[in-house]
Amino acid sequence: MLIRKLSKAAIAAVAFMLAGCDGGVLDPKGQIGIDEKHLIIVATLLMLIVVIPVIAMTLYFAWKYRDGRDQEIYAPKWAHSTAIETVVWIVPIVIVIVLGVITWGSTHDLDPYKPLEHEAKPVTVEVVSLDWKWLFIYPEQGVASVNELAFPANVPVNFKITSDTAMNSFFIPQLGSQIYSMAGMTTKLHLIANEPGTFDGISANYSGAGFAGMKFKAIATQTPADFDAWVAKLKQQGKTLDSAAYATLAKPSEYNPVEYFGSVSKGMFDQIVMQYMHMDSHGGMKGHEGMDMHAGMEHMGTEHTSDMADMKGMHDMAHMAGEHAMENTQNMADMDSSTPSAPSLTQDSSTEPSSLEHSSTQKVEAE
Amino acid sequence: MSIAIPADLEVAHAEDHHEHHDTSGNTLFGFWIYLMTDCILFASVFATYAVLYMNTDGGVSGKDIFELDFVLIETAALLVSSITYGMALIFAKRHNKAATLTWLAITFALGCVFIGMEVYEFHHLIEHGNGPQRSAFLSSFFTLVGMHGLHVTAGLIWMAIMMIEVAKTGLGNRSITRLSCLSLFWHFLDIVWICVFTVVYLLGAL
Amino acid sequence: MSFLGKLSLDAIPYHEPIIMVTLAVVAVVGLYIAALITKHKKWSVLWNNWLTSVDHKRLGIMYIVLALVMLIRGFSDAIMMRTQQALATNGAAGYLPPEHYDQIFTAHGVIMIIFMAMPFMIGLMNLVVPLQIGARDVAFPFLNNLSFWLTASGAVLINISLGLGEFAKTGWVAYPPLSELAYSPGVGVDYYIWALQISGIGTTLTGVNFIATVLKMRAPGMKLMQMPIFTWTCTWANILIVASFPILTAVLAMLTLDRYMDFHFFTNDGGGNAMMYINLFWAWGHPEVYILILPAFGIFSEVISTFTAKRLFGYTSMVWASGAISILGFIVWLHHFFTMGSSANVNAFFGVMTMVIAVPTGVKLFNWLFTIYRGRLRLTVPVLWTLGFMVTFTIGGMTGVLLALPGADYVLHNSLFLIAHFHNTIIGGAVFGYLAGFAYWFPKATGFHLNERLGKASFWCWQIGFYVAFMPLYVLGFMGMTRRINHIDNPAWNLWIYLAAVGACIIMVGIILQFIQLYVSIRDRDQNRDTTGDPWNGHTLEWSTASPPQFYNFAKLPQVADIDAFTDAKEKGLAYQGLKHYQPIHMPKNTSSGILMALGITAAGFAAIWHILWLAIVGLVGAFVVFLFRAYNNDVDYYVQPDEVARIENAHLNNVVRG
Repeated sequence: MLIRKLSKAAIAAVAFMLAGCDGGVLDPKGQIGIDEKHLIIVATLLMLIVVIPVIAMTLYFAWKYRDGRDQEIYAPKWAHSTAIETVVWIVPIVIVIVLGVITWGSTHDLDPYKPLEHEAKPVTVEVVSLDWKWLFIYPEQGVASVNELAFPANVPVNFKITSDTAMNSFFIPQLGSQIYSMAGMTTKLHLIANEPGTFDGISANYSGAGFAGMKFKAIATQTPADFDAWVAKLKQQGKTLDSAAYATLAKPSEYNPVEYFGSVSKGMFDQIVMQYMHMDSHGGMKGHEGMDMHAGMEHMGTEHTSDMADMKGMHDMAHMAGEHAMENTQNMADMDSSTPSAPSLTQDSSTEPSSLEHSSTQKVEAE
Repeated sequence: MSIAIPADLEVAHAEDHHEHHDTSGNTLFGFWIYLMTDCILFASVFATYAVLYMNTDGGVSGKDIFELDFVLIETAALLVSSITYGMALIFAKRHNKAATLTWLAITFALGCVFIGMEVYEFHHLIEHGNGPQRSAFLSSFFTLVGMHGLHVTAGLIWMAIMMIEVAKTGLGNRSITRLSCLSLFWHFLDIVWICVFTVVYLLGAL
Repeated sequence: MSFLGKLSLDAIPYHEPIIMVTLAVVAVVGLYIAALITKHKKWSVLWNNWLTSVDHKRLGIMYIVLALVMLIRGFSDAIMMRTQQALATNGAAGYLPPEHYDQIFTAHGVIMIIFMAMPFMIGLMNLVVPLQIGARDVAFPFLNNLSFWLTASGAVLINISLGLGEFAKTGWVAYPPLSELAYSPGVGVDYYIWALQISGIGTTLTGVNFIATVLKMRAPGMKLMQMPIFTWTCTWANILIVASFPILTAVLAMLTLDRYMDFHFFTNDGGGNAMMYINLFWAWGHPEVYILILPAFGIFSEVISTFTAKRLFGYTSMVWASGAISILGFIVWLHHFFTMGSSANVNAFFGVMTMVIAVPTGVKLFNWLFTIYRGRLRLTVPVLWTLGFMVTFTIGGMTGVLLALPGADYVLHNSLFLIAHFHNTIIGGAVFGYLAGFAYWFPKATGFHLNERLGKASFWCWQIGFYVAFMPLYVLGFMGMTRRINHIDNPAWNLWIYLAAVGACIIMVGIILQFIQLYVSIRDRDQNRDTTGDPWNGHTLEWSTASPPQFYNFAKLPQVADIDAFTDAKEKGLAYQGLKHYQPIHMPKNTSSGILMALGITAAGFAAIWHILWLAIVGLVGAFVVFLFRAYNNDVDYYVQPDEVARIENAHLNNVVRG
């Protein structure tokens, strides 16, 4: 009876918390976010198996064995029990093993770099964090917007993210995962909205004075047609985002209003990334345009990151040194695939077609 | 409250002296732990070099600027200086002041050769527009090699001071402890240099 | 470049009334204290007995005083942040402009971790560890003094930034490229760099010193696996210090080169790689949190085992659990940036490794529980802190494991959930531990007790205030509120923000009560003397000395045969045994070299911040000259004569008999 009452109270409390979380990560509107919310709940429940007994035992033992209760057993020299020690090591180990399995699986399932499997053809958005606003470039549509992001609901969105300032983090809490934006690098994120709506988007990594105002609206339109209408709206009223316009835009500003650009010069995103990327003096990197460079750069981005991530710098030295006289992007790709622990392998194979597709679309548009 | 210790009392309570004031052993051990921290300092800079050495920003790479013959002489000077320092310490423990000073002076000279060559190399690079400001690769190169060079310079200053100390006060326990610490330091820098030579110069020049 | 570099009168923030009032208050308080010292003619006492002291106990007390002063500073920052967020709702701007607010959260983080928690921890370690291992001092007493002054030097620099120039506006992690010259051209980041660099070197030297101390200077008979548990956890923390602080030194040096000499380690241009900074920073930063928490774990172990009047359950498990935490602490740093785009394999590996740390931590909790089991728990102030810790930290641990799940971290990273989590562990773990240790060892350090009632009142304010202040932050994290924003424009968040502000005020009452407790206890010290030196019926050797301990700690080094060495001696009837004849005791003399060297280094640091070349040279050369003088000074030690030892020991034994 008591337990039932308690559980009712607990459910009510949880319901209250969740209601309070309107619009947050516990109110997800996209598949990734939904999965992540489930993950949080499952992991929490699992941990409560240890946490609740520990808290209860703490209070109970402190009460039961408090000074002055001479009826309780007092064993001042008792300091070891193999049975208890075994249990207190084994129980956390078991729970951590379970959590570890969940971690391994969920981390791979929810990998922000993993393209979503969906019948609809994904929309690609190139995201640039600036001081202190977000620029969204639609390479397939040839439009761009500032502080307003639109895409159709129920269609996967592939984000390619970079920064032309300090590091930021691209985050739409209700849709799920965030990822850093870093100058000279492209990070990736794959999201989907399961229902239409307008969601808050933020930078989740402090980037200076105007950081608090670095917000945008993410609009998941009802239908692809609505999205096309949005694009058409941009094309009608928008300015052109060329180098000069970009230079103006990139200047620091706070609480930047929404801006639309009806056309975008080709390869704008790549140029923004490339301004910080000089390979070596022999490299075929500079001056190249189009698919080759793009693919190469993407390799660079992922290789870079995963390499950094395990910081196995020293042990990689020999390997890297062998490849030092890198002549062109082809070599770079070789290096990537020959990196023994290159976790980006699967990533690469999955991105190559999309970048192919991407540049061919670009070409079509250019024509 | 207390008085200075008369010499005879010090002997009389040698046991107590030993139990709390085994300074030589403690100092060497403490210095050794310090060297471990230094080792991690170098490891951090090595790791940075390993990550950045390809980031030449369109400038020169290691292959373009490393002259192995030159660095080989530099390396030889430092390696030999480790041996000569070993000789100095052997004679110091035998309380042979003149021989100790001689070997220290030879070590000092070899250390100066090393530093001189390194300064020349740096100067040469900077003169040709390949200073540390040019690229991340050069920043990390100058920092790694330069940090080792600064350590060697500090070692040379220490050695100079020790030569004065030994010349003036002879080879007491304190001086021998200090020479032993410097010995650890000097050999440690030698080992670090072998890593620098291998990782930066040999692998870089390939 | 001008004579004063970048420094001019414009550097004083006249236009900031909050800062100017703060400065005025600090000046008045400072003058008042100076006047008091002058009135009571205590300047020479202060200089000769304290500032130049090489006595680990006095250095310990000075560290804790520094920590308490910095607690006031750091907490003022916290209150300002909470009130700013509470006021800046519904489109209001609040009272702090971004350039001020951004400095405050940076200063709060740096001060609380580097200049509050670290000195508190190192202070307790200084006070207790040599006593616990039955040594007369640390291995290198002068170095210990220098370490303290280098820490103080960093604290001085960071506080100068309040009235001269600005502090970093980067967050306490100072990630480049934001902390590079291109985005932070002011002197703020330079203050950050030099304050951390100088105090970090001091901390590294402390680590070296204490490792040598516990390995070389334990009392005769004390095996490693007989060291008191607090000494063990401190030893693990020192190993972590020695292994991790050099990484901080290196990464700060690289940032310095970037900012001062146009290098390209972490810049956007020139091929720099900011990710390298972030990796190196956390390769130090993560072990750093274990440096803070492990000694606190040791304190809880001591407190629990003393106040249950029982041996610590599972000593061996405890030692190895601490060791496991230390080692694992080095291979989890990447969990601070799962969102950087590392591959799933890498993220999953670091996530799982992080969870593995929960195992030894959980074991520790169970061992504390089974220490209470079948004991006689006295609910004193240190025990309250410990029980509060066990409940609070468990929750913090749970949210930590949650954040270690990359899938969950992708939505919780950098949110207020994260803020709530690490305050949950650092306040609920480390700070509660230090406050427990403070109450536990206070009679030992000073010779009189703390007021128990005020202590309990303070505990309850802290405990309740903590939950009111930080549980709302968990909720806000779920609601998608990110850290470091200076105003709120989501009405749904308001309630929780207000609650958090109320919680901060309750904690403030707790802190004020703590200081009132200190004042009342000092005022009533004659009624609350600890005459025996063993007020709690302690287990370990520090309780075998007088309170405060004899300056030489032990007239004769104790012979140790058990973990609970003093309990063992008491049971065998060997405690409180005077000797007929005492041996002379060799002691180091106090020295002004440490404070003078630190003075030179502070000047050099200040000069570096403001680009005053001549002052930097003067400071460094000055410090080096002082060092040389110290190195060639033969008058550094003396012997305490047997008759004086006998007099002090007999006085203590008489006190014990009377007590």
